[in-house]
Amino acid sequence: MSDKIGVFICTGYGIGDALDIDALTAVATGEYDVPFCTTVDSCEGADLASMIEAVRAEELSRVVIAGISARRYGEHAFPEGVIVEKVALLDHVVRCQPPNEEDTQMMAEDYLRMYIAKIQKMAPLEPFRSEEPIDRTVLVVGGGITGMTAALEAAKMGYEVRLVEKAGTLGGWLGRQHLSIPTKAPYRELEDTGIDALIEEIGENPRIEVYTSATTSRITGAPGLFDVTLSASGNGEVLDTFRAGSIIQATGWRPKDAGDLPYTEIEDVVRNVDLEEMVKEGGRITRPSDGKAVRSIAFLQCGGSRDVARHSYCSSICCLTSLKQALYLRQGDDEARAYIFYEFIRTPGQFEDFYAQVQEDPGVFPTRGEVTGVRRDDDGGLIVSARDTMQGEAIEVKVDLVVLAAGMVPNSADGEAIRALEHAKVVAETGENEEIRQKAVDKAEELVAHEGTEILNLDYRQGPDLPVLEWGFPASHFICFPYESRRTGIYPAGCVRTPMDGIASREDAAGAAMKAIQCVEMTARGEAVHPRAGDTSYPEFFMQRCTQCKRCTEECPFGTLNEDEKGTPEHSPTRCRRCGICLGACPERIVSFKDYSIDIVGTMIKAVEIPDEWDEKPRILAFLCENDAFPAMDLVGQHGLQYSPFIRIIPVRCLGSVNNAWIKEAFSAGYDGVVLVGCRYGDDYQCHFVKGSELSATRSENIREHLQSMAMENERVELTQLQISEYEKLPGVFDAMAEVVEEHGMNPFKGL
Amino acid sequence: MDAQGRPILVIGGGVAGMTAALEAAELGRDVILVEREPYLGGRVMRMHQYFPKMCPPACGFEINVRRLRQNPRITTYTLATVEEISGDLDNLKARIKVRPRYVVGAHLLDESATDGIDLERANDFNYGMDRTKVLYTPTGHAYPPVPILDLEGVSDADARALAESLPAGSVDLDQVAEEIEVKVRSVVLATGWRPYDVTRLDNLGAGQLPNVITNVMMERLAAHDGPTGGEIVRPSDGRKAENVAFVQCAGSRDVNHLPYCSAVCCMASLKQVRFLREHNPDARATMFYIDIRAVGRLETFYYEMLGDEHVSFVKGKVADISEVPDSGDLTLDVEDTVSGESLHDRFDLVVLATGMVPDIPDLDLPFEMDTDAHGFVAGGEGVELLQSAGCAKRPCDVARTTRDATGAALKAIRSFREGG
Repeated sequence: MSDKIGVFICTGYGIGDALDIDALTAVATGEYDVPFCTTVDSCEGADLASMIEAVRAEELSRVVIAGISARRYGEHAFPEGVIVEKVALLDHVVRCQPPNEEDTQMMAEDYLRMYIAKIQKMAPLEPFRSEEPIDRTVLVVGGGITGMTAALEAAKMGYEVRLVEKAGTLGGWLGRQHLSIPTKAPYRELEDTGIDALIEEIGENPRIEVYTSATTSRITGAPGLFDVTLSASGNGEVLDTFRAGSIIQATGWRPKDAGDLPYTEIEDVVRNVDLEEMVKEGGRITRPSDGKAVRSIAFLQCGGSRDVARHSYCSSICCLTSLKQALYLRQGDDEARAYIFYEFIRTPGQFEDFYAQVQEDPGVFPTRGEVTGVRRDDDGGLIVSARDTMQGEAIEVKVDLVVLAAGMVPNSADGEAIRALEHAKVVAETGENEEIRQKAVDKAEELVAHEGTEILNLDYRQGPDLPVLEWGFPASHFICFPYESRRTGIYPAGCVRTPMDGIASREDAAGAAMKAIQCVEMTARGEAVHPRAGDTSYPEFFMQRCTQCKRCTEECPFGTLNEDEKGTPEHSPTRCRRCGICLGACPERIVSFKDYSIDIVGTMIKAVEIPDEWDEKPRILAFLCENDAFPAMDLVGQHGLQYSPFIRIIPVRCLGSVNNAWIKEAFSAGYDGVVLVGCRYGDDYQCHFVKGSELSATRSENIREHLQSMAMENERVELTQLQISEYEKLPGVFDAMAEVVEEHGMNPFKGL
Repeated sequence: MDAQGRPILVIGGGVAGMTAALEAAELGRDVILVEREPYLGGRVMRMHQYFPKMCPPACGFEINVRRLRQNPRITTYTLATVEEISGDLDNLKARIKVRPRYVVGAHLLDESATDGIDLERANDFNYGMDRTKVLYTPTGHAYPPVPILDLEGVSDADARALAESLPAGSVDLDQVAEEIEVKVRSVVLATGWRPYDVTRLDNLGAGQLPNVITNVMMERLAAHDGPTGGEIVRPSDGRKAENVAFVQCAGSRDVNHLPYCSAVCCMASLKQVRFLREHNPDARATMFYIDIRAVGRLETFYYEMLGDEHVSFVKGKVADISEVPDSGDLTLDVEDTVSGESLHDRFDLVVLATGMVPDIPDLDLPFEMDTDAHGFVAGGEGVELLQSAGCAKRPCDVARTTRDATGAALKAIRSFREGG
């Protein structure tokens, strides 16, 4: 295909009435010498079809449409391979600026320049093709209910599965239970756990290879190309090596240690998991101290203590488990009594039906109150005392056995902490001076609990396991996108993600299987996975100019880059989410996408005409995150909110992809201020690339210092965190910078 | 077309349905997404913020819409209902009815287009708290980005006059409802929920007391695109809410209404307390509960609130709400089950945490679909062909809904393989 640029200028929607279309056309045909430029009456229906037809007829390969925002187009398809850029003349200019004003016209013309300049620089996308074939095997780590379900779901879709369990048998914690809480309507009866049937089904499925007593001792590579080494749980002997495409981490949970729970120094105080094992093995509940048949139990919810400092999450299923275990005691013993001491009974959804059923049992006494003590009675029984009960007074209950509803601890490993520990240990030996070495020793001590906790053993520079959130759960931080994990192609599922019941675990397992399969298929097509799903661009590194500064390897939120011994980054494109944070990080400017690069954005920056200082028309560059801030501009337009005509907006993949070189370039080109608008950061970050906006904040601090060194006011660079729903604040953000410029005057380097 | 290549039919374009459709399409399958309302996004698009991150649903919605727009495998019908599914495993067919939108030239209509229109309608997007013109877009985030002309109850003459007042080519009054028949591979039922009918709660004002609102209305009150532009004020007099009662289990965990727990209302109210307190630092909030169900990692959210002196928690089910004459204030009668005291406390605004009712469409099916005692989908013989996701199955929050919908998409694809 010839390399021919075409420009369509839409005159509909009032655009033609507000702007001088001839002058706009002259920008395209005159300044940029575009071979094809025409006007259209609208950007939809027959007009859109006519544009597509013109692209074919004129054999255009690059097209700029100046009309409505890209977000507002109906379904349409330009011929494959044609690069199309849409300029939101209507939404960002005409609806937000007074019609037929010189400044409005200048804004429109600048946008046309920016996008023609951009499209000249863009190269057609070629999806990343790995030299080695993409492997579609799904590795499932953990053989409990979640792992087994995920393995089956993937296998039934026709994918090869390797299922690895560190214990001697499959089944996990559910497999160690006597009966399950109700999982189906009418949610009233205890059920078989279904684990044996599931194990059998897995055994019969030819696509699932099961490894028990095995752990993942090393995983190198990247999605589609993981090389997995399995070792024996006991002696570390290598069992097998194979290639896999994606990974589901279903490593589940473990109960809180008895030592971390109250009253456990008393012999007949046991945990819920201990009682379960007793019933599963013997069928009878007996007292550990003397073997006497137990006829009364006090269940202490929340492990017998709701110590906010100790346990700030709820394990979700302990209330249901205690209700179930109360029925174990009651079955076959009409005289038996079960007391359940709780603050809140948590039986959400249809589990309320089960709670209602248990409440009908005359031998079960759910008792709201705070347990204040457990002591041994003279005759060998136990006395539980409680206060703040609904009887309004302190009570004491005598029972044979006390069961602590012990919570779940995720079987996860904090990859970042492990890496920090390893790093600290190295520095403790090799640090430059005593102070540095001592700091490293202290750090290593602080992190010592992470010693030897590796699970996946990933060969990733940023650590051997998934990064974790508070309390050690390696879940996604996002509500809308629960599979948006911090390592591409590795999906946590089940109780390792968050405490959940068996139904939720199975749902999650199916979801994780979907994402694992999707990942290998998209990787094979050379596409990015969520949130830039389908993007076939990827970053390329011009290694000759790399100075091994490690910023890209440190700052990539997804651990995409490893380093060789010299510290040279090794890029694994299939790990990449295409956020461009590496592009933003690199001081040598060696990272480029074919459609997004230092050069492309730099060209857009320079395409804007900078009026002379005495024209009193400042120019302010605004970098807006594509996820929230840039779409918010459409809402600004839709509501006709007016803002300073001196703003020129460039959308960016993530604020973290903004390279300081662009900001410096803007000031040397004569811009008077730079505005950065990105997603919220901090604990409740909303950046879908985890820390892009936060990194940008750090970097823009540096640029502000740089400005000061050039005797310019640091207020000329400002970063704002904005949610899409806060679009009405955007004009204020722009106008505030216009005021800053007004106050401090024009960029003193303008025109130099 | 063999059954393998047929599209998956997703019924319901809320967060569950959109997720299921997108996940299947990104795996490379064709999908037909059918939404009853004029816009995608479902109930959660009407939420002000999500717990626990207090982030706006519009953010995730924007990403999902971007995925949808760029994915040619998804065909979306809004204003559409699936009337019938017929056939058997190898030959499943769906009949879809698409109602007219009347608006054809979307971008010709900016905000000023509605200025000259007198005809109004109750704004169901805002749960009836305000009115819109008959030509409207419920929120700037709406997708598809095309206004709708709601002609229900509008005379032909008025409609014609209206059409003539609008830019030429923007509306087409000749549009009629269409029926489409498509062959499908399998179905994902993601029809979500609706709030429990508050008029049945006689003791809690039965929807008649202006300053007793429901939790879903509170979301709209706080929303920037809601009836008050985000001001949390009393419906009766527009006064800023200063002392708000949150009544948990309003009709839930109650054999006379909804016997089950709706799973999200405790967190929703805690979240509403939080945004009330952020909105008005002087405001006080009292939450009346049976059990606070801040399950799993969400517990932290509750703990964090315990330190707020303006927020109190009372264990007790509210027995009665009555209006204090001439003030618009409300008196709540409730027994504090911990202290044993009978309380008669006065508030200026009451928020009822009404539960979720499964919103299962009346649908002709070629096989049995089982529902549980409460109307949630519980399986049935067509379970492989008819997957359900999210709140059609059980009350659950957005995070669980999206996990479930992702898995349901897989099962809907797989269902055929297993059969064949």
